[in-house]
Amino acid sequence: MENIFIKYSLAILFLPLVAFVVQIFFGKRLPRGGDWVSISAILTTLILSIIMFATILLDYNPNFSKEASFVWFDMGYFSVSLGFLIDNLTIIMLLVVALISTCTHIFSTEYMKGDIRYSRYFAYLGLFTFSMNGIVLANSLISMYMFWELVGVSSYLLIGHWFEKDSAADASKKAFLTNRVGDIGFFIGIMLIYSAVGSFVFSDVFQGVQKGLITGGALTFAGVGLFMGAMGKSSQFPLHIWLPDAMEGPTPVSALMHAATMVAAGVYLSVRIFPILTPDALVIVAYVGGFTAIFAASIAVTQTDIKKVLAYSTVSQLGYMILAVGTGVYTAAFFHLLTHAMFKANLFYGSGSVIHAMHHALHEKHDDKTDPQDMGNMGGLKSKMPITYWSMLVSTFAIAGVPLFSGFLSKDAVLAGTLSFALQNPVHFLLPVFGFLAAAITAFYMFRMMFLTFHGEPNMPEIVDHIHESPKQMFGPIILLGILSTFVWYTLPNLNPMSTYGWFTDLVVPKNSAVPGNPTAIEIEKAAHDAHYLAMYLSISVATIGIFLSWLTYIKKVLSADVWSKRFGVLFRLSQNKFYFDENYDKYIYRPSLRLANKISWIDWELYDKYFINGFGHLTKWASDVSGKFDFDTIDQIIVDGFGRITNLLGETFKTIQTGRLQNYLLYVTAGIIIIMVIQSF
Amino acid sequence: MDHLNNYLLISAVLFSLGVFGVITRRNGIAVLMGVELILNAANINFVAFSRFGGMNLDGHIFALIVIVLAAAEAAVALAIVINIYNNLETINVDEASSLRE
Repeated sequence: MENIFIKYSLAILFLPLVAFVVQIFFGKRLPRGGDWVSISAILTTLILSIIMFATILLDYNPNFSKEASFVWFDMGYFSVSLGFLIDNLTIIMLLVVALISTCTHIFSTEYMKGDIRYSRYFAYLGLFTFSMNGIVLANSLISMYMFWELVGVSSYLLIGHWFEKDSAADASKKAFLTNRVGDIGFFIGIMLIYSAVGSFVFSDVFQGVQKGLITGGALTFAGVGLFMGAMGKSSQFPLHIWLPDAMEGPTPVSALMHAATMVAAGVYLSVRIFPILTPDALVIVAYVGGFTAIFAASIAVTQTDIKKVLAYSTVSQLGYMILAVGTGVYTAAFFHLLTHAMFKANLFYGSGSVIHAMHHALHEKHDDKTDPQDMGNMGGLKSKMPITYWSMLVSTFAIAGVPLFSGFLSKDAVLAGTLSFALQNPVHFLLPVFGFLAAAITAFYMFRMMFLTFHGEPNMPEIVDHIHESPKQMFGPIILLGILSTFVWYTLPNLNPMSTYGWFTDLVVPKNSAVPGNPTAIEIEKAAHDAHYLAMYLSISVATIGIFLSWLTYIKKVLSADVWSKRFGVLFRLSQNKFYFDENYDKYIYRPSLRLANKISWIDWELYDKYFINGFGHLTKWASDVSGKFDFDTIDQIIVDGFGRITNLLGETFKTIQTGRLQNYLLYVTAGIIIIMVIQSF
Repeated sequence: MDHLNNYLLISAVLFSLGVFGVITRRNGIAVLMGVELILNAANINFVAFSRFGGMNLDGHIFALIVIVLAAAEAAVALAIVINIYNNLETINVDEASSLRE
């Protein structure tokens, strides 16, 4: 019982890695491209996660926590250990990852059927699941950072799965590089924390902060640095640009990584480091999140690509979670992460199902030109794809924040936290404005998407006959996640759809911030609870307004989208072009830095290399020429050869007296004796 | 006449003749004869010093040993000369210069 968690976690961590290794080396040779290897590995992790989850549910201990680590390397005073931190948060997150990953694997067997890199695709899914589990299980900043980068790599590989398409290759590079910008901040944050506290482990860091080893500006800076990592991964403004482009990847990948799990890693990190964020850092976090929420929602309104709408909606929802962290209700952020993972993954599967159907219908008509993802080519698909429609509708209700659905609960918690924060600090009145406005826009654009896709007259009547409901590998996950988007799963054992309490709030209890001076968890919770009813009424009314406007515009056609877009021409074009962020980044960041890089490379190549490095080369060559000449002409020729010549000469000279005649020798002896005697006699 | 110097003089002349013979003679046998002369010059010195130095019979005994030694030496040397003759078909010591190599 004691170690079951560690053992299970080890299995959950490494099974997907095993699947990855098997798939990448032997996948092609296995029957069915080896997808059953990955699926059985991931199913095992799902079962283990469910067992762990059931155990904590039975235990019902909000303070449950297990830690295990081993020393990775030890260099005297500097030693780094890697390990697991398993608490309720970890186990819930593991379950989310395993569940969505399983759904994605099963969904992909149909969606990716016939793909040329089928087994490689499954291998990368395994790699991703491994690294995501690593992030979830990490007990220290440094091990989290390692898996963080691994997640970045698998994201890069999966976005670029169809790398023959330039747009996919570019998107994968963009995702990787944009994440790198955030990761620099993350790394700086880690190093700041380490230099002050002397440990990477979360619990040590929290204790160190509590003891005041790092305070004030340094701690704010470190916290914002760590949060920059979260900004990159969770695609927060101004690093949001990669996520919409990441939709170039296969749709199941978008569901798994770019909606449910990987982008949630940033939120997970923010939740983990919440105790060390100072009030200043929290305000920054809150504004980044709040602004991202409204900003991305305003872009999603005008997008026509079904996946782009969902992508911006994801950015917006992630903004909500970050906003919740910033306003102190970080468990609400995690709650929203949980519900969002379910309904957004479902929406992506639904869109994948629609795209799949469109693609096949267009294929039958031999039409390669029409974009199967453009909502302008859809419409009236409701009767053709009822299962997809109904489960997507459930998830749309959830994301719009309609009561009885999961999103209502979590969004309500987030908005209540934001509202109470603004009530206490009226300076920050913009935050709830962002939040509620974004909620209204979200309801509007999500229903716009549903109406354009499934309702009304078909825009392309000629292909509607060819649209078929997707096979069971695809609608299975859709139905499952559609069911999980309803409220009951999150309020149990409570059955009141307005309830703010359930197993989640009992298991995930906010902890006090380690920074002295921050409001305690109880204060925050009490304030949020006071604002709860106000927030609830407000969020229900903004959702209703959004849905109603959407219904008026796209079903009743009382309001014409065209007229309104002309009336707000500037805003419309700004939104449609994503506020020209890519263009401006291109103009003001990429090109200048390219120019700078060119200049520097010119200095490097033309000046440094040519004169300095090559100069050294010339100098060395000249010096070695001189010294070579000296060596050859003087040392070799005169001294070394001179010795030889002298020896030779002596030999030649003295060889003549060696006649071989004993008598001669005797004569020399005699002469010698005589000479010695003559000398002696003086 | 009965004086040490005379004996030593004779001995020295005999020794010089012996050395001269050893150095100048081409014939191997003649060289050996020179060696005999040198040995006998030494014998005269032994005996003379024994007689005039008051050393009783010590010198005589040495002289006898030298005579025996000379006999042994002659035997060995003649064997070498025979071997040289066998190899070179001459006993001219100038021809036997293979030590040079």
